[in-house]
Amino acid sequence: MMTQRQSRLSGFDNRTLFLLGDEAAAYGALYAGCDFFAGYPITPASEIAEVMSRELPRVDGYYVQMEDEIASLSAVIGAVWAGAKAMTATSGPGFSLMQENIGYAIMTETPCVIIDVQRSGPSTGQATKPAQGDVLQARWGTHGDHEIIALAPSSVQECFELTVESFNLAEKYRIPVILLMDGEIGHLRESITFPAYEDVAREERRLAEPEVESFGGEDVPPMSHFGEGRFIHVTGSTHKASGMRDVSTQAVHEDLVTRLCRKIVDACAEISSVEEDFVDGAKIGVLAYGATARPARGAVLEARRAGCAVDFLRLITIWPFPEEAVKRLADRVDTILVPEMNLGQIAREVERFTAAPVLPLSKIGGVPHTIDEILDAIRANGSGSGSTVGQRP
Amino acid sequence: MRKEIQLAGFGGQGIVLSGLILGEAAILDGMNAVQTQSYGPESRGGAARSDVIISDAPIDYPKVVSPDILVVLSQPAYDKYRSEVGKKAMLIIDSDLVESDESALCVPFSKLADELGRRIVANVIMLGTLAKVSECVTRDSLERAVLRNIPKGTEELNLKALDAGFRSA
Repeated sequence: MMTQRQSRLSGFDNRTLFLLGDEAAAYGALYAGCDFFAGYPITPASEIAEVMSRELPRVDGYYVQMEDEIASLSAVIGAVWAGAKAMTATSGPGFSLMQENIGYAIMTETPCVIIDVQRSGPSTGQATKPAQGDVLQARWGTHGDHEIIALAPSSVQECFELTVESFNLAEKYRIPVILLMDGEIGHLRESITFPAYEDVAREERRLAEPEVESFGGEDVPPMSHFGEGRFIHVTGSTHKASGMRDVSTQAVHEDLVTRLCRKIVDACAEISSVEEDFVDGAKIGVLAYGATARPARGAVLEARRAGCAVDFLRLITIWPFPEEAVKRLADRVDTILVPEMNLGQIAREVERFTAAPVLPLSKIGGVPHTIDEILDAIRANGSGSGSTVGQRP
Repeated sequence: MRKEIQLAGFGGQGIVLSGLILGEAAILDGMNAVQTQSYGPESRGGAARSDVIISDAPIDYPKVVSPDILVVLSQPAYDKYRSEVGKKAMLIIDSDLVESDESALCVPFSKLADELGRRIVANVIMLGTLAKVSECVTRDSLERAVLRNIPKGTEELNLKALDAGFRSA
């Protein structure tokens, strides 16, 4: 028999609609099986909450508007331990408030999804303007040693697809996954073609057999839900494989935290997703992600039309950092240009993997890079020997 | 083919919805389209702008750089945005709400809407005029896009408004 969810969502099957990135992300969550959303509205992420508040009751799910973002992620984590697939969505100021609970979700290995539609900060900054300033906060915003998964969509279609992917990665590795959208993509309206509901791959939660422990034994242990017949203990404090606290034994803490990191580090190649577009003879490469990847791609294509070979690398996975792809690019070119809507956060990460110059092309203030701005930087820096950069059609 | 269209007015005039309908009509025509918006922190009264790009090629940069058409429905929006836009843009204004001494297509959208009984459909009249003079979307797709985005029970009023727009061009 068709579930309420199937019958509601199959109405979208294979249809092409003109949607906001925010709306597409919300539908991606519904297709991925999300049945619980707790959040607090904030520009430019409110449309995610709007769609979830409208749709979740129709698909046998729950929407809760919370008193703030700390409570929002708390509710999400609780819902997951009660058996839900859960998500919240916010922007910079709310993402800052969520940092403590992100650490709690990492330590308790709670699979959940947090969408951060980045806006211009710090603080309330330019509330209605886009930015990519939370990239390192997503990596290091919560305290203590840890790994994280973060993905960055560049189109409305990808907002849908990467939200599904975020839920799947969260389940597969039992970790919070951050979808690093930005206000430009969140509030961009363009066409999206829905897949058939039946064709969407959904990673199901692995539950522990009665004698199996939920916090050890293997790098990604199976979970146990509250209320399903066994005693479990879930704590953000250092714990043994059983879940019981042990906050004084050095080896227990070291084993736990190194395992929590190892399960992501060892899977980096499997998790990493990039778009590589390399051409023969390139002396310069452009590396971009999120909204900035769009004018970056436009500039690369225009430079090539003018006879200049330029490599293009788009990061889809931001964390764990796709270092192998970055090394491949670094081995090919003399210079890597990194346009981003912050003051060089990913450029600094790229520098760790190449001895060649990494040139940040930073722009802040809420206005995305234009194609010409990136093209000018390619022309100014890409004239390796014999290059024809500098001539325009 | 690539057309950049900028719609401007004050919050509450349906500027953003107009951009959405126009982009959706382009999608129905089988074109690529993007729509973005720019607005202040207030929901009504402040200057509002909606940018639409329609192209037969993929659209890398989603912002309007040099509009082919600028539609302005309020004086503050005219004062704020006109200077940012090159002179090559075709200008369409609501002749009762915007004073301008340059050559423009002047249509009293709000007055025509009042004559239909609801000022709220001024934006739909504007879309009809815009589609007629720019040929950026087909009338059939525009009608379908309008009908997909209006409240039930207002179909007849909105189709009349669209028709009034086409006839005013």
